Amino acid sequence: MSHDHAHDEHAPHAVPLGFLALIFGVLMVLTFVTVGVTKFDFGYSMNLVVAMAIALVKALLVGLYFMHLRWDAPINGFILVASLLFVTLFISFALLDTGAYAPTQAAAALRGSTP
Amino acid sequence: MSVIPTNPSPPSAPGTDVVKAKKGLYGDEDNYITHGKGILSWLLTIDHKRIGLMYMVCVLAAFFIGGIFAIALRTELIWPGQTLMPWAEANTNWKLYNQLFSVHGAVMVFMFIIPAIPAILGNFALPIMLGAKDVAFPRLNLLSWYCYVGGSLFFLWILTGGVVGTLFGLENMPWYFPKGIDTGWTFYTPYSTDTNTGVILATMGVFVLGFASILTGVNFIATIHMLRPRNMGWDRLPLMLWSLYATSVIQILATPVLAITMLLLLAERVLGIGVFDPAKGGDPVLYQHFFWFYSHPAVYIMILPAMGVISEVISVFSRKHIFGYSFIAASSLAIALFGFIVWGHHMFTSGQSPLLNSVFSLLTMSVAVPSAVKVFNWLATMYNGKIRLDTPMIYALGFIWLFTIGGLTGLPLAALSTDIHYHDTYFVVAHFHYVMVGSTLFGFLAGMYYWWPKMTGKMYNEKAGQIWAWMVFAGFNLTFFIQFIAGSLGAPRRYADYDPRFWKYHFISTLGSYVLMIGLFGVLYNWVSSWRSGKKAPANPWGANTLEWHTPSPPPHANFEDGHEPEGVPPYDYDGWDYVSEEEGYVRKEGYVYQGH
Amino acid sequence: MSTAHSDHDHPAHLAHHFETSAQQMESGKLGMWVFLATEILMFGGLFCAYAVYRANNPDVFLFAHRALDTTWGAINTAVLLASSFTMAWGVRAAQLGQKKLLIGLLIATLFGGAGFMLIKTVEYKAKWDHALFVGPSNAYYHDNGTLADPGEAAHSSEYIEKHGDTDGGHGGHGDDHGAGHGDAHAAGHGDSHAGDHGGDHGAQADAPAPAASKIAAPAAPPTGLHADLLTHKRPVLGAGESLSTGIGAIQASHKGSHYPAFTELDPLNTNRTHIFFQIYFAMTGLHGLHVLIGLGLISWICYRAGGPMTRALLVPGLFVSVGIYFVFVWWLVSANSGWFPTTALVAAVLCLIAGALWGAKNVALTKPNPDADSEFSPGYYTPVDCVGLYWHLVDLIWIFLFPLLYLIH
Repeated sequence: MSHDHAHDEHAPHAVPLGFLALIFGVLMVLTFVTVGVTKFDFGYSMNLVVAMAIALVKALLVGLYFMHLRWDAPINGFILVASLLFVTLFISFALLDTGAYAPTQAAAALRGSTP
Repeated sequence: MSVIPTNPSPPSAPGTDVVKAKKGLYGDEDNYITHGKGILSWLLTIDHKRIGLMYMVCVLAAFFIGGIFAIALRTELIWPGQTLMPWAEANTNWKLYNQLFSVHGAVMVFMFIIPAIPAILGNFALPIMLGAKDVAFPRLNLLSWYCYVGGSLFFLWILTGGVVGTLFGLENMPWYFPKGIDTGWTFYTPYSTDTNTGVILATMGVFVLGFASILTGVNFIATIHMLRPRNMGWDRLPLMLWSLYATSVIQILATPVLAITMLLLLAERVLGIGVFDPAKGGDPVLYQHFFWFYSHPAVYIMILPAMGVISEVISVFSRKHIFGYSFIAASSLAIALFGFIVWGHHMFTSGQSPLLNSVFSLLTMSVAVPSAVKVFNWLATMYNGKIRLDTPMIYALGFIWLFTIGGLTGLPLAALSTDIHYHDTYFVVAHFHYVMVGSTLFGFLAGMYYWWPKMTGKMYNEKAGQIWAWMVFAGFNLTFFIQFIAGSLGAPRRYADYDPRFWKYHFISTLGSYVLMIGLFGVLYNWVSSWRSGKKAPANPWGANTLEWHTPSPPPHANFEDGHEPEGVPPYDYDGWDYVSEEEGYVRKEGYVYQGH
Repeated sequence: MSTAHSDHDHPAHLAHHFETSAQQMESGKLGMWVFLATEILMFGGLFCAYAVYRANNPDVFLFAHRALDTTWGAINTAVLLASSFTMAWGVRAAQLGQKKLLIGLLIATLFGGAGFMLIKTVEYKAKWDHALFVGPSNAYYHDNGTLADPGEAAHSSEYIEKHGDTDGGHGGHGDDHGAGHGDAHAAGHGDSHAGDHGGDHGAQADAPAPAASKIAAPAAPPTGLHADLLTHKRPVLGAGESLSTGIGAIQASHKGSHYPAFTELDPLNTNRTHIFFQIYFAMTGLHGLHVLIGLGLISWICYRAGGPMTRALLVPGLFVSVGIYFVFVWWLVSANSGWFPTTALVAAVLCLIAGALWGAKNVALTKPNPDADSEFSPGYYTPVDCVGLYWHLVDLIWIFLFPLLYLIH
């Protein structure tokens, strides 16, 4: 709320149009990159890492500039980051666990019985 | 009198009784209850106080329904063999019992304990404690109530189907006429995908109830962040609000996972997607991860608000500044966060990997730390205090006692090796009833009695309140303490019948449940008679200093009198109030300036 | 936040319990962000299911994802990003009080979202045609270790293997494939999948028999096989080894970036093949639902931002749009038999007629009214901002869904 525009009472931070267009352009380029990069093979895990890294950059651009987090109250960004952390927590515990018993379970299901 | 800027009509004015006889319960007084007339002024209200009262009516009704099922369960278990079941002979194989405990669990958890304190007391007290006129999003608040009612209707639907099906012995009913629900409140797959009872309706109901919970959480977080008055930094936030804040954080982060779990279960039932069904290549343990990622934190949604109530009550009725304010506040947040990393302790025997079993066992122990911090701080607050054993305080002391027992018996359940023995026995039943009923229900009752004069503007009968409180306490312990012993001897839970050697334990437990029931009806009678014919409550009957006691009882429509701009005060500073016997309450000292404590 | 309120005149948009417009706006935004957190956690559950199944059945995901159409997926990403851009621009227009521009941008955003849903319909239709749909309408549907219809699964496998090779995004991988798949490569062009499905069916009729027998094998294994299944096929997921090692090793056994055929899948995993599609439909379905909700919210904002003429035309316009959508659906499914094409056509005609009549009535009755104007001003545009945030979140989720579902390799 600190930016001081002359023409209105609350002086919202209006992002310059050229800048928005630039972000949009970068997002489109990154979309092409993420498709194009599938022509190269870095190994199964690295492919996933590369794809997720590009997606993360895109998400950051959308969050920071389209969603105004760059200029917003920090609490809003904190909420976003915290929710992502909790999703990570959930997924990592579930992965850690299911990796250990999944083969047993799959074999049992294949037999047509429960483990 | 003149010092309180807030009392609209002198309480000692003669002739109030005559006015009351003519004009209903409040005479000419203009307060939030009399501010609008007619049923629509309630159903369309966006006043947080009225929404709190509407929640109170519905949640108490849900508690009544859940309670009936609890009594039916205990009655079935009073002797070995069939007790209630012959009456429902058409329901072969004890299926009725499964429906009884499922409905009892689901109604009590989703419709009573989770909304009880935040939605009733929180809705009522939170904005006033902040000196605000309303919550940040009043219309969402009303929507939350409608979501609660809408979700509850699904459960009523199931109940009706269950009753009709039981009485007439109808088998294989279609989904829109379900025969109750028999999965337990956890809806574990793959049973919940196979059973022909009302899982579809129950999941839809839980989904909608989840919205009610989320909307309340969004409201509370935004309100506490944005609507604090001048001079109220985070260090002057009453501890009730700290715990409601922590509760809201859990509601925000956990409830959506329940929503997606219910949606996937619904898809499982309707479309047969098989993600959780081992016969179709799915993973039933993954369902339990999903479910407990919500439902363990949900345990803290239940207990944290109760802890907030207790922090207020203990301090006020000890006439002493709360001990370790910042530690209690921080421990609320710590409990909220730790609550998210311990869910696997519900899954020790589910086939969860040994690695995660040990990790979750260790992490579970960590929750004991912030819980103990709270208990020690409450005890230290009471030390050397001038303790008044009014009804709220009796419940608060009961809370500490029961919560300590419930907490300590959690340790053997958290320890991996002992849990294998105690798993699925009455020890577990007793443990979680001590924490959820013993603690949350007692916290709820303490809070209800504490804010009752503020909510209704009437004093309750103190003597009767105390007697019923002791009866509830005795009945509760009689019901559940014996179950620890039965459980450690190996009595399994969730069975309609049992080995005759457990007869004594079950018999005593059932008798205790009757005592508890009578006590709770006594409490209800106490409230109803107070509302109908209680004495007018003073603005501050307890001498508390949080902002809701700076306004008349009941508060006016705008929460504070015109021209009274509430400011943050040190919430646990009691030196500024004098007891005035003509008022039968406390009155603010003239020109009092806070000196620090 | 709480200074100088006594002499502050109360604007119409300021609710009674706020002191300043700034406080109201910040509260609204905070509430919206908290709500977005719940959305993220809700989708988080689906991402968790995705992660668990992908980590434990990488070969299934490598095989099955090729049924998805990378070209359409990429186009949809671009469409959604573009609509996100117009939305962000719209918020800027609201902040600056450019009322006409705001309405134009909101309508552009609506078109973006509608375009996304249209393309999604085309994709879903292709899955339906090849028995790759949700629930038991999936050719790989398993119950108690038994494929429902091995013959159908063979058809679908052939489609997936062929489709994956011809799809634009994976052109480079065609070379790595064994001789068995080479012939399918010749027919490849990325964009025209919707049209040539009939040809696929013809091709499948030639040689389903050998494939079918192979598929049936894991469904009824000889009794002695179980111990082998447990120890043999999954050597890398032993205790103590990290999952990424496991996946890498499995991938290595598949020789680099080779995509497994259905018959090459780990027998333990074949009964989870349909789970990929269930997760795909759960994720994109829930996302699509959010797109629809977003479209509704943007329409609502557009209504509030508009003058009399916009308000008169908006709701009829929505009816016409839905009508056009049903015309499109009818065109897609018109070759099919059964009740669905007729229903789509009837719905389309009804929506179009209702929209046209209502619109004509509204236009005839609306008088130019200089007083009726946008509710939003540079001092009050919180709803635009909040709906914008919601729309960006929908975009954000798709940014992750696209590579996770379409670009597995």
